[in-house]
Amino acid sequence: MSAPIGILTLVTFLPAAGALVLLLVPRRAETALRAGGLAVALATFALSVPLHLRFDVASADYQFEEFAAWIPSLGIGYHVGIDGISLLLVLLTTFLTPIALASAWHAIEDRTKEFVAVMLVLETGMLGVFVSLDLFLFYVFWEAMLIPMYLVIGVWGGGHRIYAAVKFVLYTMVGSVLMLVAILALYYQHGAAIGTYTFDLPTVARWVIPPGRSQTLMFLAFALAFAIKVPLFPLHTWLPDAHVEAPTAGSIILAGVLLKMGTYGFLRFCLPLFPDASLVFGPLMFALAVIGIVYGAWVSTVQPDLKKLVAYSSVSHLGFVMLGIFTLNVQGLVGGVLQMVNHGISTGALFLMVGMIYERRHTRLIAQFGGLWKVVPAFSALFLVVVLSSLGLPGLNGFVGEFLILVGAFQVDRVLAAIATTGIIFAAVYLLWMYQRVVFGEVTHEENRRLLDLTPREWALVVPLVLLIVWIGVYPTTFTAPTQATLEALIMQVQTKAGVLATAASVP
Amino acid sequence: VNAVAAPPVALGALAPVLIVIGTAVAVLLLDLIPSRGKAHLAIAALAGLVAALFTTIAAWGGTVRAFRDMVVLDNYALFFHVVVCYAAALVVLLSVDYLRRAGAESGEYYALVLLSSSGMLLLAAANDLIVVFLAIELMSLSLYVLSGLFKRRREAGEASMKYFLLGVFASAFLLYGIALVYGATGATNFDRVAAAVAAQPRDPLLVAGLALILVGFGFKISSVPFHMWAPDVYEGAPSSVTALIATGSKAAVFAALIRFVVAGVRPAQPDWTALLWVLAVLTMTVGNVVAIAQGNLKRMLAYSSIAHVGYMLVGVVAGGAAGAGAVLFYLLAYTFTTAGTFGTITLCERAGVEAVQVGDYAGLGRRHPTLALALALFLLSLVGIPPLAGFVGKFYLFGAAVRAGFVGLAVIAVLNSAVAAYYYLRVIVAMYMQEPEGAPIVLAPSFAGGLALTIAVVGVVLLGVMPAPFADLAQAAVAPLLR
Repeated sequence: MSAPIGILTLVTFLPAAGALVLLLVPRRAETALRAGGLAVALATFALSVPLHLRFDVASADYQFEEFAAWIPSLGIGYHVGIDGISLLLVLLTTFLTPIALASAWHAIEDRTKEFVAVMLVLETGMLGVFVSLDLFLFYVFWEAMLIPMYLVIGVWGGGHRIYAAVKFVLYTMVGSVLMLVAILALYYQHGAAIGTYTFDLPTVARWVIPPGRSQTLMFLAFALAFAIKVPLFPLHTWLPDAHVEAPTAGSIILAGVLLKMGTYGFLRFCLPLFPDASLVFGPLMFALAVIGIVYGAWVSTVQPDLKKLVAYSSVSHLGFVMLGIFTLNVQGLVGGVLQMVNHGISTGALFLMVGMIYERRHTRLIAQFGGLWKVVPAFSALFLVVVLSSLGLPGLNGFVGEFLILVGAFQVDRVLAAIATTGIIFAAVYLLWMYQRVVFGEVTHEENRRLLDLTPREWALVVPLVLLIVWIGVYPTTFTAPTQATLEALIMQVQTKAGVLATAASVP
Repeated sequence: VNAVAAPPVALGALAPVLIVIGTAVAVLLLDLIPSRGKAHLAIAALAGLVAALFTTIAAWGGTVRAFRDMVVLDNYALFFHVVVCYAAALVVLLSVDYLRRAGAESGEYYALVLLSSSGMLLLAAANDLIVVFLAIELMSLSLYVLSGLFKRRREAGEASMKYFLLGVFASAFLLYGIALVYGATGATNFDRVAAAVAAQPRDPLLVAGLALILVGFGFKISSVPFHMWAPDVYEGAPSSVTALIATGSKAAVFAALIRFVVAGVRPAQPDWTALLWVLAVLTMTVGNVVAIAQGNLKRMLAYSSIAHVGYMLVGVVAGGAAGAGAVLFYLLAYTFTTAGTFGTITLCERAGVEAVQVGDYAGLGRRHPTLALALALFLLSLVGIPPLAGFVGKFYLFGAAVRAGFVGLAVIAVLNSAVAAYYYLRVIVAMYMQEPEGAPIVLAPSFAGGLALTIAVVGVVLLGVMPAPFADLAQAAVAPLLR
């Protein structure tokens, strides 16, 4: 336990505090509001980088822990801390938020003040989810961040934004309220068994829940909440609506960070708390993940709308993450966590660049484009890198994650893993075919001849993403090293708890 | 055997009630002095409520029994006194400019609000079925009049008439139940009823009496199937009065209900638990499902308040210190939230009339961002989004249910909250995501109303972020009941 206000608290609440300050800025000073919001987001990122530099990669414990009593009579504390998994996701969040904010520089001109404030509050909500080590605190952040996202989609979204926003909230709510009951049940069962009533996650996680009906039900309640967020097939139907209607900034955050909250939940809660149920339902999750991979890829192929294509590709890519998690071996899990980061970066970049051409042409239909290379070569080149990263070209980030996941998956179920591998092939089909129709060939529409190439602001947005794509592709150790110890400890925990003899897991 | 001692008259137990009644009389007298406006009456009423609030806070911790245990001023009663005083004070603040704009300003209004509040205060301290009946009548008679205040509107007449007829009907049930209980036990005092119930929990006369009393309470808190009056009354009554009906009166009746079932008839627990379980499920489900179909905001809130009664019944079913304490906390949270919601309605007009349709609120987020933000906070608190008061309240309620083993009930309740999200969000959709067709909504500026809303916002946020002290108070309040 460290000082009352530690670095994690600062990182988490700086955006919300910045949002409060920005509320004092007059509404007309739009540029000042945008710049202020960006400055707050960048400061948050700068503040979060030392988390990685000072992170002890050899330790599987929570680090930078902070604790303060909150509702002591119920054993609720403000307990935050990060391990290797949350470290990466915190960095991903602080990295993507400034990009999302800056991407909206010209795209969002209506109610700028509210937009900047809502985005910053959203960042605090997301960071809170990743750093919480108290079940109550986690739930507070988990539910609270629904509202800013709802507003981003519903206020600044496209034509069917209201439908999409309400669908997003209701889907997520149904899952998460059941999780609330499961949290309460877990609290009372743990308290009755151990004698101390607490929502503290590390304390509760030390307790071995007896296998049986109640563990199964609690697992299912947690899993439903997380599976909706991931989204795992067949709970994905809110995602295409939300993505298509959300503004570019919203899509970047939604794909980049929000979906990771689901997979993170599986890692942080389902596996360590309910090991028996996780093993029992593992094959089902495995199968649903593979269905999601293939289904998402197939549906992407036939989408006429760029954003919808990227949205369905998320279903496919998140399927890979789920596949990796439920392999329950080191390769699969390390790959899964890395793939969470990869998807955040690649898909975030895809949405960003789709947003850029949407701002120029006000259409996202693939058929409206063609021959862009001749008009906007710089855009096209960077878009190519991003597309290749998303489809898993060796040397770029996507390859590393998917490769590790498949290595892990082949140890579990060869047939399903083989089917999952086709997902990579289909990814190449839908992405390259899309790229070909948009960029290659002759200019088919006169309007496209006058398109402007990337502005300096847009360069500044895309280049960091591309650098990371290459960095992870060439030297993934920077990002996998912190997760290794954490994930090995996680596997140990699941297996000891479940009473299964630890199968020799070789480290890659 | 012993000489009959003259009962000691301990007026201390009635101090808050007497202060409020005294203020009511003073307001009526002040009204006789000719003056330009009526604002000074509101200030007088407010002063009386604040004085009662301070008396209450000063009395915290002690237990005063008076009139042969017919009235007990313990922490439990004091907690409800605080809730009622807050609710009444917020209502007075909201009324000042609202009534002037409606042309219905009158001295009797404030006197009636105070008289009704004194009934609520008495109800919270009642430890005897006769006092319960008296207090309910004192509270309700004033409310019947208040709900017909806008007498030129047809809805007001309907509201007042309906509220009166059904209220009297409920009182008759209550009284008949009291009579049966008296017949079975020979007592109306809660403690003596408890002793008799412990001796003979399955006496048919007693069970019938308890059932009728529950019906009477059910009417007053508008639980399904006794809720029919609520939407019409909420719609027809002035919004400030609706706020009082939805918060103060509900809290007071819950006070009596919980004291009765927890302290009075605890020995017959399995019977009424099963009954209340069904009532809770029916109440929240019907309330939420019907609320979805409402286009009128006040009617929607009426059905939503029915649903919230269902959630609170979950706490009553859970029972024990955790369940009862959760209901108390929820009532406090609900009072701030609901008074705030209705308060916002009193400030909004469209095309010269009060904005009561959900569609009227289109574009409020653009025209009046601060007011829209306040209303959004209240609505989100009603949905149960953290970190706002409503979420913590639900957390305590459903936690108590899970703890007592009613996991199924908790699941039904949380699914209901998810359903409720839909219709509350519709208002937010209107405020932030739609543009008005025709005349836009306008804000009727009001210092007092703004003050009331500020208090409510602070309450909603404070109870959500720092719930621990208030939850501890609620726990301390229910401790005397469970001895």
